[in-house]
Amino acid sequence: MATLREIKRRISSVKSTMQITKAMKMVAAAKLQKSQMKLMSTRPYSQKLSGVLENVVKKSKRHKHPLMKERKVKKVCYVLLTADKGLCGSFNANLIRRAHSELNQSEAQKNHLITIGRKGYEHFRHISYPVTAHYIDIFNNLEFSQARVIAGELMKSYLNGKFDRVYIIYNQFKNAVQQDMIVEQFLPIVPEPTEEKIHPAGYVYEPKPEAILKVLVPMSLNFKMWKILLESATSEFGSRMTAMETATDNAQEMIKELTLFYNKARQAAITKELNEIVSGAEALKG
Amino acid sequence: MADKSFKFEIITPEKVVYSADVEHVKAPGKNGYFGVKVNHIPFLTILKTGKITIEIGKEKIFFATSGGFAQVTENKMTILAETAEEATRIDVERAKQARDRALKRLKEKSVDINIPRAEAALLRALNRMEIAAIK
Repeated sequence: MATLREIKRRISSVKSTMQITKAMKMVAAAKLQKSQMKLMSTRPYSQKLSGVLENVVKKSKRHKHPLMKERKVKKVCYVLLTADKGLCGSFNANLIRRAHSELNQSEAQKNHLITIGRKGYEHFRHISYPVTAHYIDIFNNLEFSQARVIAGELMKSYLNGKFDRVYIIYNQFKNAVQQDMIVEQFLPIVPEPTEEKIHPAGYVYEPKPEAILKVLVPMSLNFKMWKILLESATSEFGSRMTAMETATDNAQEMIKELTLFYNKARQAAITKELNEIVSGAEALKG
Repeated sequence: MADKSFKFEIITPEKVVYSADVEHVKAPGKNGYFGVKVNHIPFLTILKTGKITIEIGKEKIFFATSGGFAQVTENKMTILAETAEEATRIDVERAKQARDRALKRLKEKSVDINIPRAEAALLRALNRMEIAAIK
């Protein structure tokens, strides 16, 4: 009989786990939607900014902004974006694995690693890999000012020669079930072609395009970092939602099996009892 | 009235903060405040921390910005700013905290602080408080 009670206990334990995963899925879905909205609302700024940037860069051809100049690559910095929390499928594990392979393959003399998100930091601290800088607990309440701080630090390190190139490893959000992991060059800037028309002659730049570029370039990098943070956060929610959905499905499957098992065991017990009664009665007759 | 107005937008990384037909915009240019009316020549300029004043008829709307740039094309003006808040929506408490924090940093003068950054933060906070006080 002990097994019967045990099975019952397991069923109820799986049930409560399922309730948790179900709730987490719902929370992730709600957050995903919010995050997606945020991502969408960066679009007007993004279009305008890249259009203006391209025009100004073209106008100031002779002068190159220091953040756009290619240098000989000796010191590379990888920025790894993971989540702050777990329970989101293979999201963090894949990112960390990719970071390892990038660091191993790197041909630079010195590699730096910066982590954004708690999970990546914990992993590299655990294996005692030197982490140049880390940012944790920023995804809980994501604000533009945080992107500005991170981008500012990267620019400073690039300008004073600490890094010659900066790559960012993160997940780009495609849709709720698909996230693409990419390694993107952050510094020096790779100009992107845009659709915005070049300004007609007679367009007044005040001050000169070169001076405008000085303000524009950091602005565009701040924004790029903001977008990357949002992409990563949105991907995390998508990944968590999928993971929790799978977990809920698995729990349901398990409950089904356990219930079947429980009924079988109950049936067996009843049969056994009946058998005993009948055979007892038979024995008395004899 | 229609011929006196032009399209005006303020866009931040987080959203389109303001979009309407307006008659006059005054903005904090790098070399001082400038005004834009309808049929302004196309131009591009840098903005610094300051106040944006929008006029529609007799109505005036104020925004605090921490800098960015302004672009004027054929009867359309766009301000791209990293932050821009309408005067009535400024979080004065937060601005005060930011001011105190910046002042403290400047007073301590420790080696590892970035003085221009602290000064910029102070300027932004004071600007927000000043504009919030208009209403």
